[in-house]
Amino acid sequence: MGWDGLKKFVFHRRKEMPDGLWMKCDSCGNLVHKKVVEEKLRACPECNFHFSLTSSERIALLLDEGNLEEYWGDLESIDPLKFSDRISYKKKTADAQEKTGLKDAFVVGKGRLGGIEVIFGVMDSRFIMASMGSVVGEKVTRAAEKAAELKIPLIIVSASGGARMQEGCFSLMQMAKTSAAMARLHESGGLYISILTNPTTAGVMASFAALGDIMIAEPKALIGFTGPRVIAQTIGQELPPGFQTSEFLLERGMIDRIIDRQHLKEELIKILEYCT
Amino acid sequence: MAQNDGLDFEAPIVELERKITELENFSNIAEVDLSEEIKKLHARANKLKGEIYKNLSPWQRVQLARHPKRPLTTDFINLMFTDFYELHGDRTFRDDKAIVSGFAKIDNHKVMIVGTRRGKTTRERIYCNFGSPHPEGYRKAMLKMKLAEKFHLPIIALINTPGAYPGIGAEERGQALVIARNLFEMSRLRTPIICVVIGEGGSGGALAIGIGDKFAMLENAYFSVISPEGCSAILWRDGSKAPDAAKALKLTAQDLIKLGIIDEIIPEPLGGAHRDSKKTADSFKKVLVRYLTELKGIPLDTLLENRYAKYRQMGQFLEQPAEAVKSLKHKQPINK
Repeated sequence: MGWDGLKKFVFHRRKEMPDGLWMKCDSCGNLVHKKVVEEKLRACPECNFHFSLTSSERIALLLDEGNLEEYWGDLESIDPLKFSDRISYKKKTADAQEKTGLKDAFVVGKGRLGGIEVIFGVMDSRFIMASMGSVVGEKVTRAAEKAAELKIPLIIVSASGGARMQEGCFSLMQMAKTSAAMARLHESGGLYISILTNPTTAGVMASFAALGDIMIAEPKALIGFTGPRVIAQTIGQELPPGFQTSEFLLERGMIDRIIDRQHLKEELIKILEYCT
Repeated sequence: MAQNDGLDFEAPIVELERKITELENFSNIAEVDLSEEIKKLHARANKLKGEIYKNLSPWQRVQLARHPKRPLTTDFINLMFTDFYELHGDRTFRDDKAIVSGFAKIDNHKVMIVGTRRGKTTRERIYCNFGSPHPEGYRKAMLKMKLAEKFHLPIIALINTPGAYPGIGAEERGQALVIARNLFEMSRLRTPIICVVIGEGGSGGALAIGIGDKFAMLENAYFSVISPEGCSAILWRDGSKAPDAAKALKLTAQDLIKLGIIDEIIPEPLGGAHRDSKKTADSFKKVLVRYLTELKGIPLDTLLENRYAKYRQMGQFLEQPAEAVKSLKHKQPINK
């Protein structure tokens, strides 16, 4: 390709970009065709990184007829510490509510998978990184209690930056509360399937998200306790490639399976059929 | 000089105390009676302490909690318990020195102690990984707690950690999963559990041995979802705003008792625990013995119900009384 040819090629590509036909993969950096990404249910055709889904997209993907009978949808944060950094927590919450149409970062209710009734919860990372404050903690706890009461399985799709700093120790205590609720569900004989998606870290990964009877992850998700940047800073060296990914966790025996989004529903139904 | 360990806001007190010692030495050597002057200086030092320590900022409390001379878990074990009999290891990977555990007696109660361990000298600090446990440390703590459950020994957890260790090995061995497992198990251990934050209560790494029937803090300890430095770096995008973050996070014992997170504040002598470890341990011990006596009288089923209820009610939110259940149709499949 001569210079003219190259110029033409680059120009051609650049002309296509603004049309929104192409996107850059967050994981491998390749330019990928959006349509193909959508066909793969938002996965990169090059590296199979799974992009985030909103809570309603996740519900549409997994539940029969995309139907969720939502519970406790009106729970809202009341900013218990009157927290303010550069922006007040009140404003941050209000902005997130406007952007997402949700009251907080966790949507939960009753639905069916392959006809099997379940309590289904999903975190929405558009809402303050789906961090866990009082509302998320309360709803996860109620979900576990409801699953135990109705004697039906609990499925939670996690994606979270961790505890919500703006609620201080109230957030920290949600780790205790949700874990205690999972212990009760376990004692009642209930099934809990935890699905880890990109990213699931810190206080959420160190509580209810880690406590599934079955632990599933989507490919290439970031999963861990401390974020990679903080670890790199602490130890003063670069992290090995693939560190804290789903594949890393599977290799080290921390999770049961990695499942492609395209097969997630059918595999969940298979597990449900074994465990109910 | 050892005084270098002091904190900025302590400096006037330290200076005055240095003068008092000098005068005392001089009066001994020169055999002159300076007792009047010394008495006056003591009075002034006490007044100064009262002024400085009555209005500590949250950030100053954090600094006190981290004071290099502050009594540590091992000090409190020596000062409050007898017959400490250490037990090691997690039966899986290695003995994590950042956790100390073992049998002990306090008055006539036999108990199991689990605690985070830190050191005084640089060598000791490195040996204990600065009090930051790895997964094997949390597993070690859980094993000893299960042992305590089996033989009906109450558990006393002494917490002083900047947090769970953030490193490659810790992640490889499932730091998050191990912490979660401890929260899960501690919520249902069939024996009384008493937790006390004696210095730093660093987030999930502190909580991982901190679920119990009683949760107290020493007067100048802190307990937080994230370190003030970490919070300042993330939310203010400026590491130097730690004092602001400390204030906003409501991490002091005084804040947390108001918020209903902790049960009790254990008083420290004027000027902080490091000024009189023995005195601190005396009031601390009284609280522990009172808790042990109280909890022993509660049937185990009730104890566990109460423990669940205690954590169940934590959190503050708004709930509209209106329609609690509504149906949402999610009509658009994403691949269309």
